[in-house]
Amino acid sequence: MRFLMTTNGGGPAPTPELYAEMGRFVEEMTKAGVLLASGGLDPNGTHFSATSGQVTLTDGPYTEAKESIVSFALIEARTQDEAIELAKRFWKVVGDGEGDMRQVYGPAD
Amino acid sequence: MADAVSEAEARRTVETVWRLESARIVASMARLVRDVGLAEELVQDALVAALQDWPRLGVPENPGGWLMLTAKHRAIDRLRRNDRLDDKVAQLGQDVAERRRTAIHDGTGDFDAVIDHEDLTDDVLRLIFIACHPVLPTPSRIALTLRLLGGLTTEEIARAFMVAEPTIAQRIVRAKKTLGERQIPFELPSQPERAERLGSVLEVVYLIFNEGYSATVGDDLLRPELCQEALRLGRMLAELAPGEPEVHGLVALMEIQASRFRARVDPTGRPITLSDQNRGRWDQLLIRRGFTALLRARNLNAPIGPYVLQAAIAACHAQARRAEDTNWEQIATLYQTLLQVAPSPVARLNHAVAVSMTAGPAVGLNMVDELTGHSALRNYHLLPAVRGDLLAKLGRMDEARVEFERAAELTRNAPEREVLLRRAYACTAGPG
Repeated sequence: MRFLMTTNGGGPAPTPELYAEMGRFVEEMTKAGVLLASGGLDPNGTHFSATSGQVTLTDGPYTEAKESIVSFALIEARTQDEAIELAKRFWKVVGDGEGDMRQVYGPAD
Repeated sequence: MADAVSEAEARRTVETVWRLESARIVASMARLVRDVGLAEELVQDALVAALQDWPRLGVPENPGGWLMLTAKHRAIDRLRRNDRLDDKVAQLGQDVAERRRTAIHDGTGDFDAVIDHEDLTDDVLRLIFIACHPVLPTPSRIALTLRLLGGLTTEEIARAFMVAEPTIAQRIVRAKKTLGERQIPFELPSQPERAERLGSVLEVVYLIFNEGYSATVGDDLLRPELCQEALRLGRMLAELAPGEPEVHGLVALMEIQASRFRARVDPTGRPITLSDQNRGRWDQLLIRRGFTALLRARNLNAPIGPYVLQAAIAACHAQARRAEDTNWEQIATLYQTLLQVAPSPVARLNHAVAVSMTAGPAVGLNMVDELTGHSALRNYHLLPAVRGDLLAKLGRMDEARVEFERAAELTRNAPEREVLLRRAYACTAGPG
């Protein structure tokens, strides 16, 4: 089962220690064969909305940093419980902040 | 201290943590007690202790660390009882007791505090090598690997391989006994043994993958959980032994094959051949990961092995956006190289298929006919299936039908049998 973990902006600015710790966590997850892909996102994006064929664009930054996704990790776990356990570890490394985890439907679902 | 939780919740957490951490915990215990069977027993004891303690005391802040410490504690008790206490063990005992007191339930019981990371990487690798040791029969290597490295229960392994649970349990018990009796050391194999030992590890992982990719028995063609498990083991191995090109070759091969999962069966569960698959359904993420693994293998500048070659063949297929774009000449050349590096009748059969795509079915059929007397292929359903396909292309429908029927008889997989019988039936309707 694949899960997409995302973190939102608005948390405390990352310190060099956090970067180092996160690097180690990522390495460990890769070693465990769990992490498929990960990346960071520019909080300044473009917002789209489409109504009756009319596409409207709004440039970021958005008013609420807390609501925009700034990083993601695509992980593969055998059960949802496993994914939750991994996400908990991730958040222990990150410290304060907010984010989500959603299952990505695959061939087996 | 955490809050008390229900027994069911504690059990769920124990199971989850076990699945995630079994390899690391068993590996580091095996280094301590130098016996894989005993190591697993101690860890099982720790799991029982967790099931007793966690509902009452709450799930510890770091469940993996808790299990590791508890298992270590049991190991020390055991070693003391066995009167094998030397200074090192005494030191370790004090160390663990100390940390256990302060850290175990208050959150500072960090997994990292109780393990040595650099050693652990090698410990897990040692555990893989020992689980796949050539003194064990292949089915036992598979069962032990899934048990120790995958954290699967005997019930799960039995279900995946459609074997009775006691059979699997017995395989595991016997395997652990054999390793103990033969005093197989818990160490990384060195040259010249290493290549053969690594070969055994890769074979076990690929067998697990293949059983998931194309189940030999049963009503389902695919058992995704086995493929996932093999992929996880392979990816793990690639990080533990990054200098081995064949490890990356195997990972590349599995990633690319797994990318076709969604396209491989129709909604009713029947297999769809490579040429008929909807390539838009191939998983591009896995294809990219496969290409990356293949590049890692090539960048090591070592002689090319069979897994790298098979991955290169898989990559050729992955590159073709339509079936008719497939570079069959290149594939035929790769098979020829594969036959030089690792000759096998199955590779010869695949080579014949590739050649038939460029030189025509008659040439392919001649090559296949040379294989029909081969004892290793006597019960291999794909031999008559390929023959039937080539005969049908040549318009020899009666002969083709007999071959498809023979193939259907040989396969033990229900959806595959159905497809073969359909092809046999189609032969009676006329050419094409």
